[in-house]
Formats: sequence, structure tokens, C-alpha cells
Amino acid sequence: MLLGKSVTEILALIKNKKISSKEVIDYFLKRIEKYNKKLNAYLTVNRSYKSDGSDKIEMPVAVKDNFCTKGIRTTASSKVLENFIPPYESTVTRRLIDASFFILGKTNMDAWAHGSSTETSDFGPTKNPWDLSRCPGGSSGGSAAAVSSYLAPAAIGSETAGSIRQPGSWSGVIGLKPTYGRVSRYGLIAMASSLDCPGPLTLTTEDAAFILKIIAGKDEFDATTAPNEVPDYVASLKKKKKFIIGITDEYLNGVDGEIKEAFYQLVEILEKLGHKIKKIKLLSPKYSISVYTIIQRAEVSSNLARYDGIRYGNNRTFFGSEAKRRIMLGTYVLSYGYYDAYYKKAQKVRTLIIEDFKKVFKEVDMILAPTTPIATLKLKEFEKYPFFGEMMDVLNEPAAIAGICAISFPFGLTKKDNLPIGLQLMGRWFEEKNILNLTYQIEKETDFLGVIKEGVKNYPD
Amino acid sequence: MNNYQPVIGLEIHIELKTSSKMFCQCSASYFGKSANTQVCPVCLGMPGALPVANKKAIEWTILIGKALNCQINSFSKFDRKHYFYPDLPKGYQISQHDEPIASNGWVKIAYKDQAKNALTKKIFRIRRVHLEEDTGKLIHSKNGTLIDFNRSGVPLVEIVTEPDFDNSDDVKRFLEELQVIIRYLGVSDADMEKGTMRMEPNISLRYQKSKIKNQKLPNYKVEVKNINSFRFVKQAIDYEIKRQIEILKEGKTPLQETRGFDEKKVITYSQRIKEDASDYRYFPEPDIPPLVFTKEYLDSIKVPELPWQKVERYVSLLGIRYEEAFILTRDKNLSDYFDKINTKFKTQIANLNLKIQNPSQLIANYIVNKKISSQLPPDEFINKLIENLKPKEVDKNLLEEIINKVLKENQKAVLDYKKGKVNAIMFLVGQVIREMKGKVEARIVREEIERRIKR
Repeated sequence: MLLGKSVTEILALIKNKKISSKEVIDYFLKRIEKYNKKLNAYLTVNRSYKSDGSDKIEMPVAVKDNFCTKGIRTTASSKVLENFIPPYESTVTRRLIDASFFILGKTNMDAWAHGSSTETSDFGPTKNPWDLSRCPGGSSGGSAAAVSSYLAPAAIGSETAGSIRQPGSWSGVIGLKPTYGRVSRYGLIAMASSLDCPGPLTLTTEDAAFILKIIAGKDEFDATTAPNEVPDYVASLKKKKKFIIGITDEYLNGVDGEIKEAFYQLVEILEKLGHKIKKIKLLSPKYSISVYTIIQRAEVSSNLARYDGIRYGNNRTFFGSEAKRRIMLGTYVLSYGYYDAYYKKAQKVRTLIIEDFKKVFKEVDMILAPTTPIATLKLKEFEKYPFFGEMMDVLNEPAAIAGICAISFPFGLTKKDNLPIGLQLMGRWFEEKNILNLTYQIEKETDFLGVIKEGVKNYPD
Repeated sequence: MNNYQPVIGLEIHIELKTSSKMFCQCSASYFGKSANTQVCPVCLGMPGALPVANKKAIEWTILIGKALNCQINSFSKFDRKHYFYPDLPKGYQISQHDEPIASNGWVKIAYKDQAKNALTKKIFRIRRVHLEEDTGKLIHSKNGTLIDFNRSGVPLVEIVTEPDFDNSDDVKRFLEELQVIIRYLGVSDADMEKGTMRMEPNISLRYQKSKIKNQKLPNYKVEVKNINSFRFVKQAIDYEIKRQIEILKEGKTPLQETRGFDEKKVITYSQRIKEDASDYRYFPEPDIPPLVFTKEYLDSIKVPELPWQKVERYVSLLGIRYEEAFILTRDKNLSDYFDKINTKFKTQIANLNLKIQNPSQLIANYIVNKKISSQLPPDEFINKLIENLKPKEVDKNLLEEIINKVLKENQKAVLDYKKGKVNAIMFLVGQVIREMKGKVEARIVREEIERRIKR
């Protein structure tokens, strides 16, 4: 009865007394029991739910393990925090709980969010629900896999550069990366502070809009949150707006043929729906890789300095090799005499990338591009290339660097391996409304070529 | 006569007495509180916690900058300063690196040079004033070291001077002046013993070949820490100068190092050798947006009349002697008290038939010499003062009797006066006043004696 139902649908069932919150939570706990061993999507399952006998709505949601959850172990998938139980609640989870959500469990991720495959987790990799020999993407791989296999009706992830969209794409679900500053980072274990963005992974566009509305907005505990008003993202889905959509060859270079095909198929559909497609010129995403690598490593080396072995139990020998690599590189680029050559220069190029987007957004409302150059890889392929994550996130990094909003959604499967293909829309700063509106139109028109529903069906009750 | 000239610069830390900490809502008053009771995820540096800057602390830092005649920069930002220490829970301190809130200021000190008996004025330049957070405190015991994070995140203002000092007396005077200024602003208790004011002098010596001033800075410097009184600052500097001269005389260069001060032995001792400047890997704090101040905002922060300005006003406008003016202005409450009495007394005096040359000086004398307690409310003080100034009722018969007695006992003085030694009369007047136990005015006694002797 519940299989594949969205958050919005389940909430309607609970409200109409068709089902109780307890039954819903028990349903997902049972599914987790059944499939999590195979997938390793959850690191910690919250079995503390007790009905108080009232009609209080408690809607289950999965949360990436880098959000501090009061009283629930939070590790960021690192052994350094193996036994860390936060004494406080992150703003995102606080707002979810206040809006009648129940934290079903904490999902696996790349340790400290360092990676694009969830293989750097100190608690073992998460498997891609579409093909257990492949990775789900990362770093929010556990969240993406949990939604894709319906071990949660929705999940919260976080993105620094691609960590929501890329696993969303590889696991065949919707991943929304809001504008930087739209959603509070308070209580999100920092990876790269000037880039980190919490966001939802969902089965429907409506759910993405619904959850964003709950978690977005100014937070007195995060000075980098924007005061911009939070619109009713769900209500604004209904009106079919017409947009000017930019496409660029820069984002198609080196992209797999089947993904390109899907891309052009969608372009045709969008034109048919009355939208205007416009060819644009954008800076090559390759510049973003260098900028991103330097800024992110620098901030990582600083943010991980607090795990000095004095608190939290486990000392620095518990850091995995990826974290060590990043700490060393970040320390190097911030060192005396190198700061100007690396960090400062990177910030200047970052400004250029932002200017480039500003210019383009004068001509178009949003940009359509593939989310990743290829579909998901076999497990362990990443280990061969320390910067492979950056290569897989090449199409995600410009938006992250510029801080704009973007959404990835599935659009068909590869013929060869039957793996999800993801496409993305990148919108202006604080115009989540628009990219959600168009994604909703695509969903209504194409049902994402059936990908999401098929994914859920692979995991029957 | 030696040819070494001390070169001394100061780093001073002032803990602000804001109600909450620099980046969180915890109470900033930690003194005497039990360990780790004034803490939260932010000041404990917990995973995911974020700093939000305290507006009051920023405003007060601007105020300090203005009071020290600094340029207030319309753009400022926070930076992360990385180093490892157990009392620093984030592994970095949020501080300010290349864009401090205030820079390029100066402080004026003035003092009576005993040898020359003249007023000496000196200017010392302020390089920068910036805002940062304090660290936790390590508590060492036999069983190990404990950490108290109550102090972690308390707003701390760092004031850095140029190396303009060449002797310990000036350093002490400067620090005393700075302490008074900070207290006038009401932003800190600036208490050396409680650690709300801390200071570290950097001391080195340069060789002075000729009378032409050598401006080159020495190629080393020694920082002295753990000094908790102005007296110890002077002692530590004097000791360091002597110690370094000995080394330089041998043709060696003193080590670049941090030294501690032992107040019992009155010596400094080596703590840490600094081969190179530490690499703090500064970079802009991404969790706090840059600070941009509008002209209107900066103009709205007003500096009260400062102690040295008060001294100048008292001396030049009120005609008070420098000594009294200086003492009156060391405590803002006392000088405010003086100002109140001074204004009121002047309006009242017009209705009284009193001849007073300089009422302000008179009040100053009464307050400084504690002739009337300054604990009294201003009105009571003035009443007592007027009481004191009124002409005294004189017992005519007693005066007559005493004058007769004094003249009889001091025939020689009377003779001297008659011979034209005018000053002799003053001796007689003094004798009479003494016999009268002061209950008579000199003017009356003098007139009376003059009348007698002529007759």
C-alpha cells in the first residue's frame, strides 16, 4: 500500500486517518531490516519511536550522518567520531522535527563528505540499489540509495560540489542543491564552509519543494544564511511558467553518448512544451576544478583541525587516507608564502566564475546540462584516481563555486547497463522556485521516463 | 654611559565586558564560575557549530579605536588563525589578520619630569586594534591537566603599539593611561590581576653609534609573558635590558624567544625559542560575512571626553594645577564628581559674599587632599565646603588677650618690625593663629597687630 509513495502522499494518508504514523515508521523500519545489510545505506537506525497514543504526525525521513542530531550518534562516516552523540540539534533537523518529521536514521556517506562514491566511509561503502556491484555516488550516497530503494520516503543530503546531485543522478532520484545561504549549515559538520549546502533527495519534485520550504530561511545561528523571503515552493509549482533555457557545448565535452542522447531528447521536449532553448557560452567547467580543489582543501584542513585527539575519544590516527591527503594539501596551500599563489588566486577566479554566471543569467533563466559525464562506476574504481571525484563532479562544480541553485533529476536509463541517467537545471541565486517549476513540468510530461518508479520496484515489500 | 638603546613595543589584550561571548549567546562573565558551566556547542568548537559575531563587541572595538585616535576601516573581516593548543577547541582562533577594525592611532602621555620640574609630553603610536576570541584555560594539577572552557570565546581586543618606547617608565605610564582610557569607555574593567588586561612587551636593543638616531630595528626581539601588574612590567623590562646588554657586549645576539617573568626572583626566564615566525595559515573566516561599516554607523559611535582631554581642560580652562588635574582624572567617577561640584558651586558662590581666587582649584584641593570626603553627595560636599569658607566668628576678648601675650613674649620681633623688617609681622601673626588654634583669619590678626604696634 505504501511502496513508492511520496512524502506528500503519505502525509495525506496519515491526515485522513488511513494509516497511523506508527504504522508508517514500522513499515520503513521493516524495509530497513530487510535491505540495509545488502545496501549499507544507513549507519544508525533510530528505533526510539514510541507512539503517545495521540494523532501526532511523525513523518519518517533519513538524514545524512553529517548533521548533528541530538542524542543520535553522528559520525560523518569517520571513525574519529565513531562514538560522538551530539548534545545539540542541527537547524535542518530541528526544523524538520518541528514540522512533524521523525529522524528514521543516519545515512552513510564518504567520510567527512570527502568523495563522490561513498567508498571513503570508514563503515564500508553503500551499494547502488540499481547494481550492487556499483557505487551510489557520493558523498550523500547513503541518502540517495535509501530513497532510491525506498528505505526512506525522502532524505536530507549535503552538497559541497555535487554531493547531492551526483548521487541523485547515479541512484536515480531527485537531488536539490539550494543556493548557498538558503539553508542553514548550523549543525552540519563542515566540509568546506564557503560551499556547503544542505538539500533534499526525493522521489518527486513536489517533495523537494515541500522539504525545501521547511528547511530554508534565515537562521540566527548561521551568519551566512540569507534574509531573503522563503516563497511557497509547493504552491509555485502549479503554474506552468515558460522559461528561456541555456545549453552549452562546454558542458557536453567528454559526456557519454547515451547521456548526450537523453539530453537532446529533453531539449526537444522542452521546446515542444513552449520553452525557448538558447545556446550560450560559459567558462569551461575545467577552471572550476582547480578553484574548487584549492578552496575546498584549504577549508577542509582548517575545519578538521578541531579533531585533535583531545576530545571525541579517537585521535588523529583514525583519519582515513583521503582526509589525510586533503589536510596536507589544504595546509600546503594556506602556508606562508603560498597563500597568495593558491588560495587568493583561486578566490579571484571564483569571482570570475560568478561574473560569468551573472552574465549568462541575463540572457537565460536557467541552464540545462547533464549531471555527470558517465553513469555509475563499479566499486573500487575510484581508488585508482585520487582526483576522480573531481572529474565525476566536473559538471557540478561551477554551480557550487558560484553558489547558485541546481537540481538533478533522472531521465532514462543507459541501454547497455540499465543504469540511471541524470540531467540538471542550474538556476539563478535564490530562484529555486524556477528550477523546481520546470522540473515539475518535466515530471508531469515524462514521469522522468519511469526511472524512479522502476527503481522502487526493484525492492518489493 | 652605554651605547645601547632599548626598542620596546607592546601587545595588549583587553577582555571586553559584553554580556554575551564573542560568537555565541553564553555569558561572558566567567570569573569565579564553576568550570565548564558557561559553555555551548559554539564556544566548545563542536562539530557543525557556527560563530555569529557579537555586534556590541564590534561597536566597542570601534570605540576603543576611536579613543586611541585610530583610523576606523570601513571594511573589516575575521580570519582564522591556526595553531594547536588544548585550550583552543577549534584548532584555530577567530581573529583578524590583514584587515583590523582600527589602525594607525596614537596615545599621548604627559608627566611632571622631577629633574626638570617641567611637564613632558610624549606621543606613542598605535599600529592596530583588532577583535578576537579568548581561549579556554588549562588547569594543571598533580593528576593531570584539566580544561575550563568558560573563558573560551570571550571577546578580546588586541592593541599593538609601534616599537616607540625606549624605557620602562614610559611603558608603565602608557599602560596606566591606556587602562584609564579603557575604563572611561566602560568597555572593560582592564584589571591586570584578573587578567582582563594582559600585556606582553617585545624588547630588543639597538646599537647607537653616534648622536644621529639609529632607526634600524634590531634583528631579534624577546617577548615577555605572564606579567600581571604594572610594577612587574617595569621590572621585567629593566631586567631584560640589563640581560641583553650583557649578551650584546660579548658580541653575541640575544636569542629570539618568548620568556616568562618570575615575580619573586624578579628575573625573566626562557619559555620557548622562536626560530622563525609561526605559520598560522591565516585565511578569511568563511563562516562570518565581511564587516562593512557605513559612515552613519561609525559616526554614531561617540567617544566621551578622555582623561588626557580632561586634564587639558582642567589646566587650561579651569586653571587647575597639573598635579591635581591629573589625580582627579584617573578615575572617571571622581572627575565626574568634580565636574558636578564645580558647576554647581560656581552658581552658588555668586550669592555668597566670599572672595575666592580660583574656585575650581579650591574644589580640586579639597577633593585631592580629602579635606572633605568625596563619598558625600555633591550637594552635601558643597554645603560643607561653604561652611569651611565662611569668615569665622572671633572671640574678641580672647584675641586681645592672646595678642598682648604674644607681643610681650616676642619683643625682638616687635622691634624688628618697627625698624622696618616687614616680614617680622608674619611671625607674630603665625604665633597668634597657633595660640587661637586656627580659629581666626590671618588677615584680621595682621590688621590688629599693625594697629597696636603703630599705636
